[in-house]
Amino acid sequence: MAENIFSWLDERLGLTSIYDTILDRKVPKVNWWFTLGSASLFLGVLQGITGMLLSVYYVPTPDHAYDSITYIMTGVQFGWLIRGIHHWGASLLILTAFIHLLRVFFYGAYKYPREFTWLTGVILLISALGMGFTGYLLPWNQRSYWATTVGTEIAGTVPLFGDFILRVLRGGTDLSALTLSRFFSLHIWIIPAVVIATVSIHLYLVIRLGISNIPKEED
Amino acid sequence: MGSKYQSPNLDRKSFVKIVTAALGSIMAAIVGLPVIQYFISPALNIKAGDEWISLGSLENFPLDIPTLFNFTLTRVNGWERSSHSYGAFVLRKPGETIVFSDVCTHLSCRVGWDPDNLEFYCPCHAAFFDKNGEVISGPPPRPMDRYETKLEGDQLFIHLREG
Repeated sequence: MAENIFSWLDERLGLTSIYDTILDRKVPKVNWWFTLGSASLFLGVLQGITGMLLSVYYVPTPDHAYDSITYIMTGVQFGWLIRGIHHWGASLLILTAFIHLLRVFFYGAYKYPREFTWLTGVILLISALGMGFTGYLLPWNQRSYWATTVGTEIAGTVPLFGDFILRVLRGGTDLSALTLSRFFSLHIWIIPAVVIATVSIHLYLVIRLGISNIPKEED
Repeated sequence: MGSKYQSPNLDRKSFVKIVTAALGSIMAAIVGLPVIQYFISPALNIKAGDEWISLGSLENFPLDIPTLFNFTLTRVNGWERSSHSYGAFVLRKPGETIVFSDVCTHLSCRVGWDPDNLEFYCPCHAAFFDKNGEVISGPPPRPMDRYETKLEGDQLFIHLREG
């Protein structure tokens, strides 16, 4: 029965060939450093899932942001767990992504024909930092308020356009409700959209080009 | 692999499959159940309201005309404290006092009293009730709900029960 359903679907969707292409593709003999891309992907998906769950209760307004997070931590069952995973996962993701970058750099895996994969990786790293920066404001506590004050002030030191960038980031001259809602929008809609598109290209290229060998002495 | 180690019922591949599926299910449950609990926990937090509300002196209510009495109670939902308004129609008759809830028995809109036609009406789906709360026409499945009442001296109380 299950086999009949599977073969019916397989015939129409080509599941076996997807499996063969993605999971049964040939890879060179590699080491544990090569797992960090998958680790980053896993953490990214985990951030997505826990983030969706947090949005069930979180409210991005100065009136309610702090109280809604207090409610998640104390009033909702397992709220501490979901927020804890999102909090620690964020730091861990930056760590795995950065070590992944170092692995690619020191093994020279960014060279032809994988320059574009590297490029999309850079976009992903910047996006991840952007997620960290925007997410940091959302609890709307003293630390996040002043961190964002300082962070946007740093962006404001750019020559000529600095003041304009600062005002665009804050949605005005001051850190306000407008800052909180635009950071929230960036955090849950705009940057994730960029990340999903870029991860798709990144993974497509990994599968299309295969992964590079560990360089040998003569390379 | 020697054939003497081979089980006649289960080859190694099937064994690994079964163990993987079993362990996977346990792990999925460990991760999934807290998520379900997280999502539904406010729904499990049932607030049991049980209190007597004073409507003041019975003499304040006119005889034989349903009169609306509004009151508000504070409720805490999540992190928000908000006031919830209630309406009760007091119908004072000689020797008997009926207090109706103004919540329509159809789909919980609020009913009003039409003094010209002497009937309750619900504007949402054209429901009509007579003075005693019986359905005249429209979709309601049952007559208007009544509050339990008591008199202490000439003070009228209704019993508000929720949850």
